[in-house]
Amino acid sequence: MLTICKIAWRNIWRNKLRSLIVITSMILGLWSGLFTVAMSNGINEQRVKSAIDTYLHHLQVHNPSFEYNLDINSVVDNPINIENELETNKLVKGYSSRIILSVMASTAHGAEGVKLIGVNTDNEMQFSDINQNIIKGNYFSKSKSKPAVIGQKLAENLNLDIKKKISFTFVDDNGDLQRIKFKVVGVFKTANSIHDGGNIYVKKEDLSQLLKNKTTIHEIAVLCNNIQDSSVLKENLINLFPNNKIETWKDISPELGSVQELMVWFFLIFMSIILLALSFGIANVMLMAVLERKRELGMLMSVGLNRTKIFLMIIFETIFISCISLPLGLFLSFTMISFYGQKGIDLSIVSKGLEAFGMKSMVYTDLPFDYYIKITILTLFVTLISSLFPARRALKLDPAEAVRSL
Amino acid sequence: MNVIETKNISKLYKQADQQICALDNVSINFKKGEFTAIVGPSGSGKTTFLNSIGGLDSPSSGQVFIDNMNITKLSSNELIDFRLRNIGFVFQSYNLIPVLTAKENVEFIMLMQGGAKTLRNKRAIELLDAVGLKEQLNRRPNQLSGGQQQRVAVARALASKPKFVLADEPTANLDSTSTANLLDIMSNLNNEESMTFIFSTHDQRVIDRANRVITLEDGKILSDINVK
Repeated sequence: MLTICKIAWRNIWRNKLRSLIVITSMILGLWSGLFTVAMSNGINEQRVKSAIDTYLHHLQVHNPSFEYNLDINSVVDNPINIENELETNKLVKGYSSRIILSVMASTAHGAEGVKLIGVNTDNEMQFSDINQNIIKGNYFSKSKSKPAVIGQKLAENLNLDIKKKISFTFVDDNGDLQRIKFKVVGVFKTANSIHDGGNIYVKKEDLSQLLKNKTTIHEIAVLCNNIQDSSVLKENLINLFPNNKIETWKDISPELGSVQELMVWFFLIFMSIILLALSFGIANVMLMAVLERKRELGMLMSVGLNRTKIFLMIIFETIFISCISLPLGLFLSFTMISFYGQKGIDLSIVSKGLEAFGMKSMVYTDLPFDYYIKITILTLFVTLISSLFPARRALKLDPAEAVRSL
Repeated sequence: MNVIETKNISKLYKQADQQICALDNVSINFKKGEFTAIVGPSGSGKTTFLNSIGGLDSPSSGQVFIDNMNITKLSSNELIDFRLRNIGFVFQSYNLIPVLTAKENVEFIMLMQGGAKTLRNKRAIELLDAVGLKEQLNRRPNQLSGGQQQRVAVARALASKPKFVLADEPTANLDSTSTANLLDIMSNLNNEESMTFIFSTHDQRVIDRANRVITLEDGKILSDINVK
């Protein structure tokens, strides 16, 4: 068997140029495929991370009817006990209790329906990334008037700037129409322009003063120590507080979760297409090699090399080609993915389009380790399949005829 | 004692709508140590005959016995194994394995037979020495002349100590000096080791060295002459 391997290995280098072309095409195919998948994966990971950091978080607790109409009276049941539980639960990294009002925001330039989010500013700073995304003004300065931090998109729509006043009209928990003025102290810009266009952050105490029930909480957002713990924590909280609706980020935004799950299939399908195209190239080259060596194969059969060994020799040649290409392709991909995973790829030229989908313009490539294992198995499998046809063709040779062929 | 015995072997080929009879009821015996040339014009059936007794081609009818074993009854895999252990082949176009050195080419058959490394090594060197290529052990076929390649092919054919050697026009691509050298080598092996050689040839130089000349025409034996 060692001699068959030796002959197969040396056969690869009989036509160096042809073998190098196949090897190079495999390396480039693997690299381009893996890099594209890593880029897509990076975009998706960032999109999920950005959504979780900014507005989704790992878990949200609401009144079951709150999400349908943002009704001011659909408050979280038993918020103090929930907060106590979250304080002691080891899965929890942090949480934020919020008052959320659906209001009409108006300025001299126009009006828009927005979500007014009352937060504990110090706690929120540790919890979400809004303070890191301030592009103008600052995050809740010690202003005497009621401060508000608004999204850049909304600021553009309502022609707002810092130190400008904005009034909100809403129906309070008594059913009375209320009008309140806030002063813009900061403008934020996240990766999601839709979020920036529809959300305003204010101090929780400024909103609670307006409500009859001063301890009203509409939302408790939770961050776990590990994203995978969110399902476990959800089950724990459902058992303890069955009157509330508790949802993980995947429940709230299923499209984000499903895209992540789809990535595995996208990877397999995309790489299979690339490898399928490559497999035709490999099969073609190996077939050429078999037909060129017809006489030699005929001689080997004549002198007593059995069909199994002839078959294995062709298979080994193909496998050796992928054994050279695969590590080189993986190494090139890993190096590039790691490099752009650190440095990032600047797509600011299409940033507006990306922001509409909740994506940042800087993309950091990322490919989980198990994808490298999957591609190794997939490549070896495809290579093996592509070698079957030429190997079978070699077996069909008639030694007496083949040995006389030119 | 007969090494090879053919009984009424015929070979029919179909070409377009015509049936061509390449061998027509050929019955012939070869004894151990014979140095036989099979001659005849192109298309007379020389190569078909060699292929039939070498187990590369199965006759349409008739039987081929090698050491009293009917090889026409063997399956294709059994035939491959049979060829490996019993027959040495020398081809017109040398047909060495281009990626192996002269020594590795000679060792190859012994390796397929499962011979021990030291024995393989020793016999390969001995045989290459016998064909005058001791200095070219580690050269690949493309580094050898045509005559040298054919000598390696002879060494390879003899490596497994076959019952007989079949050579299909072995001198067709060689110059006169190489032909003379090759025939000397084969003749010596025939004399010293009683190795049976059967050639198909057009080459008068080979015919002159043979001790038996069989002439084929239209698939039939025209003459069978013991020269010496």
